[in-house]
Amino acid sequence: MRARARKAGAPAGARRRDTRLRGWLLRHAQNLLGTLGTLTRQPVATLMTVAVIGIALALPASLYLLVVNGRALTGGLESAADVSVYLREHVSPAAAAALAEDLRARADVAAVRLIDPAEALEEFERRSGFGAALDTLAVNPLPFTLVVRPAQDTAGPAALAALAEELGALPQAELAQQDTEWVRRLDALLDIVRRTVVLAAIVLALGVIVIVGNTIRLDIQNRRAEIEVTKLIGASDGFIRRPFLYSGFWYGLGGGLFAALLVTAALMTLSGAVGRVAGLYGSSFRLEGLGAGTVVALLGTGALLGWLGSWLAAARHMRRIEPA
Amino acid sequence: MIRLDNVVKRYPGGREALSQLSLHVAAGEMAFLTGPSGAGKSTILKLIALIERPTRGQVTVAGENTSRVPRRRIPAFRRRIGMVFQDHKLLADRSAFDNVALPLVIAGVGHRETARRVRAAIDQVGLLGKEKFLPALLSTGEQQRIGIARAVVATPPLLIADEPTGNLDPELSFEIMRLFRRFNEVGVTVLIASHDLALIERLRGRRIGLRDGRLAGFAAPPAASRACAGPRA
Repeated sequence: MRARARKAGAPAGARRRDTRLRGWLLRHAQNLLGTLGTLTRQPVATLMTVAVIGIALALPASLYLLVVNGRALTGGLESAADVSVYLREHVSPAAAAALAEDLRARADVAAVRLIDPAEALEEFERRSGFGAALDTLAVNPLPFTLVVRPAQDTAGPAALAALAEELGALPQAELAQQDTEWVRRLDALLDIVRRTVVLAAIVLALGVIVIVGNTIRLDIQNRRAEIEVTKLIGASDGFIRRPFLYSGFWYGLGGGLFAALLVTAALMTLSGAVGRVAGLYGSSFRLEGLGAGTVVALLGTGALLGWLGSWLAAARHMRRIEPA
Repeated sequence: MIRLDNVVKRYPGGREALSQLSLHVAAGEMAFLTGPSGAGKSTILKLIALIERPTRGQVTVAGENTSRVPRRRIPAFRRRIGMVFQDHKLLADRSAFDNVALPLVIAGVGHRETARRVRAAIDQVGLLGKEKFLPALLSTGEQQRIGIARAVVATPPLLIADEPTGNLDPELSFEIMRLFRRFNEVGVTVLIASHDLALIERLRGRRIGLRDGRLAGFAAPPAASRACAGPRA
């Protein structure tokens, strides 16, 4: 008899736990959808809040993309940085051509362009604007120049520096110059931008928390009577807080989505212009968009900040509302 | 079920709402708190529901000393008390059904069980068929009956009501009181604060007269009539 009772008791307990868990999940699901319904019933107010959060999130996101794209750009330039080899004055045109041919055969060289002195002078005249001054020169002071483009797999500044040194040591070479100084400067600038992104992200995250907190605070004040009544009926703080938390969650998630759309729209607007500039530089560079991971991070951050903001507002203002 | 021992309630500013008051309402009893406004009727109900705490003395509800109920346990404590208010305190943006369902939703009762019990409670107050109405579309008497359905839906052992008929005409008031009587007959302890002596005269149940925060004696005549009787005699 007792054994039977025990046997019957265990599954009943498990069932009870099961239904309790189901009830808990059901209540949260109801709140999740219920608050979404409430928010969509007042679309203008909701959209305004979502837009403000979205703009706040879009700013660090676009700065982040700027850094990512900047890195891609300088990375590409550094690996393809040409080395200019200025040959000695006495090197004949035939010898220069032969040297160019030799260098082309090397595995770590992708291409070699030979620029003869006349061509170089013409280009210098055109670019420098010293045309008239150059006319006074009796002889062309410029040597033959070989523009050596390293192979793609000769990546890294160290390998490039080694190549430049080797080329400079050639008996025909006067000087080999690897003009990547500006790339390094740009890199340093991008580092500042990257730090700015972190700072901006922190400040704007606080901003999102304040925005959501303030919205929820107003919401709590508007529903003061309702909160009082539910407290009288015996609702716990958690029960009353829950819909506000989910509202904050939706605000944040919506803001994240809005930010993703905003950044994507900005990228689409810019990609044409960037493509043109890249084309002018003979580069196939393309703007890198928001990846799936970044979008997920944006949505997750938004939702988390929204939740946090509403939690803080609820904790602060809910306690003050007591039935009297 | 309810016991007040030497309870003093003093409000900020020095006004003493209750002075050394002791009273007892037994389980299963139906009792009326009567007296002019300001006599302390509402204060007693607020102390019972832990909306306020006594300045001195002890309030015991269902065997539990309310001074030992910490803030975080107040919700669970209130769930064992059904409360009816003069202004019914229904949520205006929710249907009658949803209003009545609220205590069960708070208690975490399942969906189907909630629907069944809400319908039963609405049936008991005679408003079946009006579940979908918003409170504003119901008459004052109907709103109060929905308020009562909400108070009893979770079958609390104690029902307290503060001037539940304050806004109703005599006939509707009598109907409401009969409703309370019916719940009392199935074992619910009922404590009603009302200044409507004419109405209470028509009902069975103990009367607890209050005046200036003290017991005024069970059979005390209304203060107004006694005051009038003095100079004439």
